[in-house]
Amino acid sequence: MNSALSWIKAYVPELECTDQEYCDAMTLSGTKVEGFERLDKNLDKIVVGQINSIERHPDADKLIICQVNVGSEVVQIVTGAPNVQVGDLVPVVLDGGKVAGGHDGGALPENGIAIKADKLRGIDSYGMMCSIEELGSDRNMYPEAPENGIYIFHKEVKPGDDAIEALGLRDTVFEYEITSNRVDCYSILGIAREAAATFQKLFVPPVVTVKENAEKVEDYISVKVEDPDLCSRYCARVCTNIKIGPSPEWMQRRLAASGIRPINNLVDITNYVMEEYGQPMHAFDLDTIKGHQIIVRRAKDGDEFMTLDGQMRKLDSEVLMICDAEKEIGIAGIMGGENSKITDQVKTVVFESATFKGVNIRKSAKRIGLRTDASGKFEKGLDPANARAAIDRACQLMQELGCGEVVSGTVDVCEPLKEAVKIPFEPERINALLGTDVSAEEMLEIFEKLEILKEEGTNLLVMPSFRQDLLGFADIAEEVARFYGYDKIPVTLPQGSATAGKLPYKLLIEEKARDIAEYCGFSQGMCYSFESPKVFDKLLLDADDPLRDAIVISNPLGEDFSVMRTISLNGMLTSLSTNFNRRNKDVRLYELGNVYRPHALPLTELPDERMQLTFGMYGEGDFYTMKGAVEEFVEEVGMKKALQYDPKAGKNYLHPGRQANIIYNDTVIGHLGEVHPMVCTNYSIKTKVYVAVLDLPSIVPMTSFDRKYAGIAKYPAVTRDISMVVPKEILAGDIEKTIRQRGGKILESLSLFDIYEGDQIKAGYKSIAYSLVFRDMTKTLDDNEVNAAMKKILNGLESMNIELRA
Amino acid sequence: MKEKLEKIKTEALQKIQECNALEGLNEVRVNYLGKKGELTAVLKGLKDVAAEERPKVGQMVNETREAIEEVLNSAIQKLEKAALEEKMKAEVIDVTLPSNKIRMGHRHPNFIALEEVERIFVGLGYEVVEGPEIERDYYNFEALNIPADHPAKDEQDTFYINGDILLRTQTSSVQVHELEKGKLPIRILAPGRVFRADEVDATHSPSFHQFEGLVVDKNITFSDLKGTLDQFAKEIFGEDTKCKFRPHHFPFTEPSAEMDVSCFKCGGKGCRFCKGSGWIEILGCGMVHPHVLEMSDIDPKVYTGFAFGVGLERISLLKYEIDDMRLLYENDDRFLKQF
Repeated sequence: MNSALSWIKAYVPELECTDQEYCDAMTLSGTKVEGFERLDKNLDKIVVGQINSIERHPDADKLIICQVNVGSEVVQIVTGAPNVQVGDLVPVVLDGGKVAGGHDGGALPENGIAIKADKLRGIDSYGMMCSIEELGSDRNMYPEAPENGIYIFHKEVKPGDDAIEALGLRDTVFEYEITSNRVDCYSILGIAREAAATFQKLFVPPVVTVKENAEKVEDYISVKVEDPDLCSRYCARVCTNIKIGPSPEWMQRRLAASGIRPINNLVDITNYVMEEYGQPMHAFDLDTIKGHQIIVRRAKDGDEFMTLDGQMRKLDSEVLMICDAEKEIGIAGIMGGENSKITDQVKTVVFESATFKGVNIRKSAKRIGLRTDASGKFEKGLDPANARAAIDRACQLMQELGCGEVVSGTVDVCEPLKEAVKIPFEPERINALLGTDVSAEEMLEIFEKLEILKEEGTNLLVMPSFRQDLLGFADIAEEVARFYGYDKIPVTLPQGSATAGKLPYKLLIEEKARDIAEYCGFSQGMCYSFESPKVFDKLLLDADDPLRDAIVISNPLGEDFSVMRTISLNGMLTSLSTNFNRRNKDVRLYELGNVYRPHALPLTELPDERMQLTFGMYGEGDFYTMKGAVEEFVEEVGMKKALQYDPKAGKNYLHPGRQANIIYNDTVIGHLGEVHPMVCTNYSIKTKVYVAVLDLPSIVPMTSFDRKYAGIAKYPAVTRDISMVVPKEILAGDIEKTIRQRGGKILESLSLFDIYEGDQIKAGYKSIAYSLVFRDMTKTLDDNEVNAAMKKILNGLESMNIELRA
Repeated sequence: MKEKLEKIKTEALQKIQECNALEGLNEVRVNYLGKKGELTAVLKGLKDVAAEERPKVGQMVNETREAIEEVLNSAIQKLEKAALEEKMKAEVIDVTLPSNKIRMGHRHPNFIALEEVERIFVGLGYEVVEGPEIERDYYNFEALNIPADHPAKDEQDTFYINGDILLRTQTSSVQVHELEKGKLPIRILAPGRVFRADEVDATHSPSFHQFEGLVVDKNITFSDLKGTLDQFAKEIFGEDTKCKFRPHHFPFTEPSAEMDVSCFKCGGKGCRFCKGSGWIEILGCGMVHPHVLEMSDIDPKVYTGFAFGVGLERISLLKYEIDDMRLLYENDDRFLKQF
């Protein structure tokens, strides 16, 4: 909300402060100032000048030479403006002064434009006559300004007067951020009341008295509210003998500062009251209201209605309408109808000031697709008491500004007003909540400023009707805090029972995962939780793959963000693709993030959110590098047994011959492999990519940070090497399993030291060599024991159709 | 005898002095001190010496041996040192050649910031907890005093799965789960991912992270809230950081506040970073609304509490001076390597 400080000061007449002081104090008491701007910013040495004479420029057809009386002297000014005449009073910027912008009305330069005496086509010019655009405004805000030319004063001014003052630009416009609970502060009076309380000055709202004529409102109009659930109050008043014309300058200036274009006295008055009271008003031409009757009722499904902007609007049975005896004439709280629009020929006006149900207006505006200033105010839920006050204010202005006569009386159809909220006054409890020591008297003084009064003879505080946000103890405590000063509340730390700070076990494992991944050279990435359903095709998933059963967002930002991911690889491959196509070398990334697996679709219970540790890399390294990273992690989180790898993982997105499920304790805990070349193509990556996905919910229960010292071997080890020729299809993993099973307790470790396929080996076979280490923790091994173990191993291997080599 | 020993000594020392290689010195050791050396021969001849003379002669022999050994050892040391120095001279390397770096990966700046936040609050006795990212309306809104039809539901641009299930818009939902457990006192920090329907640009993302703090106990005050967040701000942005609390409105806290910190870039003088104001808005907070406590069967007359919610990206972007939020999700190696 924007408004001029001068308007606020009109109701807090004692308010004296700089713009910055006002900004800071209001923000600290809860009316946040987003920013402020002086209207005379970059306007300097600008006075009223009167043109004494005009002569033609000898060397330029389009220029004229004016002698201008600027009060203290007469200066010569050359101008190209077409619209000035001798005797005109105009704003003149003198030599060394400044204007805000150019005459074309383009964007205003930050520091304005300096004006200096200069020659124009050889003739001296000692200043410049200004257009409204050069003064930083435009014709929307100054409708009387000419379309193309110098602004000409039509009011009482004399040469030498401060032109900026005369234009009403010695003011500052403040922009407020009003929180949604403070409906009352979407108005000048609301903000002025806060300003008065903040600066501890008197709040002086306008005194509203309406001079009425002898006619009776009932003779002009009747009102029937058929749907009182959506309209708790409807006030109507009538003004006759309407004389349309411009509104007074002060009103125009205040509206302009609020960003509202002055139109004519009638429109300006309704807008002015809407700003001042926060209550939207509507004016109908009585002659267009059939039967001189207003009926407030719901529309019917399928109805159509043309709003006064000429647009056809589709209605439904939840949209509240203002109707006459025959037809709809306005959408309640949103916009009036084309058919009851006020024209300059209007003779009699019916004012409407009503209280519509906020939620209904908000939802209707959304469905119809038409959000107006009025609906924006109604949807916050207005105070019914204010509807009556505002309509009287409007009628007062109509009469005082000579816009029309006010017919006596008000048609006021009103549901019983809600009883005032009463809250017990508990000063100790307030201090206990705030950690302060504010006296009860001080609190009551604050309340008084806010029109919260203590009920005589009870301990109850009575809330004013415009403060619909004050409902209980905590709300009252906040009022004390705001005006005592948030900055004066002490700074302490919580006392009371000590608690142990800690991370849950799952997060400890994730922390370990980050450490290990980074130790292995992987950097942490972050990916979106939602993606496009096209991802499943990019990853070559089967048509009936359960991973395609993704949770769909009903109102996504577009298809690309429309389903919750069931698999983490799209994010990883997208990131790797970004890196690859930016020519980054040897990239290794990991991500810790959830995938979302529904138990059933459509969703009735919350899905399974599974944290995935996803690795991805290209460049240096291969399948076994990735495998190494996986094993490093698994060992570090205390999973002591060897991992098993099952090459029949069945992942369509991985190379069919280079993929494996990772198995621990007979549980699949993840998978790894080289990304299928077609998938790489789908992601525009022209190199081999390796990925691994670990499912942390499967892993966490098998991890442990429990460590026990097992002693350091005191007795020497015996090393034996085995070299063998193996049918190609036998997996090293199976050979190792046999060696481990058969080696018994004395087999300490085994390591592969050679693997070869090629010329010297017969077709269909590979040569593999292992080094085995035997050790007994309790004594020195003798050869016989080792020989016996070796024999068992060799027998086992032979039974697998493996040839041993010497 | 004495002369003989003197002669051996003089001869030996002469030989040592003439030597300039370790082999020569070894030869001296063997020839004079070894088993078959000259001094040993003298000792062997002791049996021919009169018994009363023997100790004296023996002592003389030992003195001679010690004298030769001393000179010999120092000569050996000198030569060894010279040889080592020679060897090292040949081993000079160019220390300015590039290092063989261990190529560690890098942590995402968001998580570096998160870990710092967690460290601070764990130190203050907070337990870190998590909640679901796909959440029920009740936990995200209703139990936080945002009933059906509340305008705040529109303001937050919620992604819905269906009428009842949504993507959480705030980590405040975790508050409710903790309150429901009814285990008091509560001191929790709930970090996590949240979602709002904002188009992707330099300052918006439809998914971002928050962390929510909640303390509920007897005698918790607004001043405790101020003190806690003041300490947090000083730890994360520096000891000289000042905090400003401004009244604000959140449906689930009352009184509510927003906290600004003095700009850590300019120290509060006003700069491009803080848009000239000297202050940077960091978080929203307040005293837990009595309704929120009541909805989880906690008596607001006995217990009070405070809560705060912070955008993690707000912290990480400011702290590391990252000027475009999209960088956080691109995962460009050249970006990540800077952290």
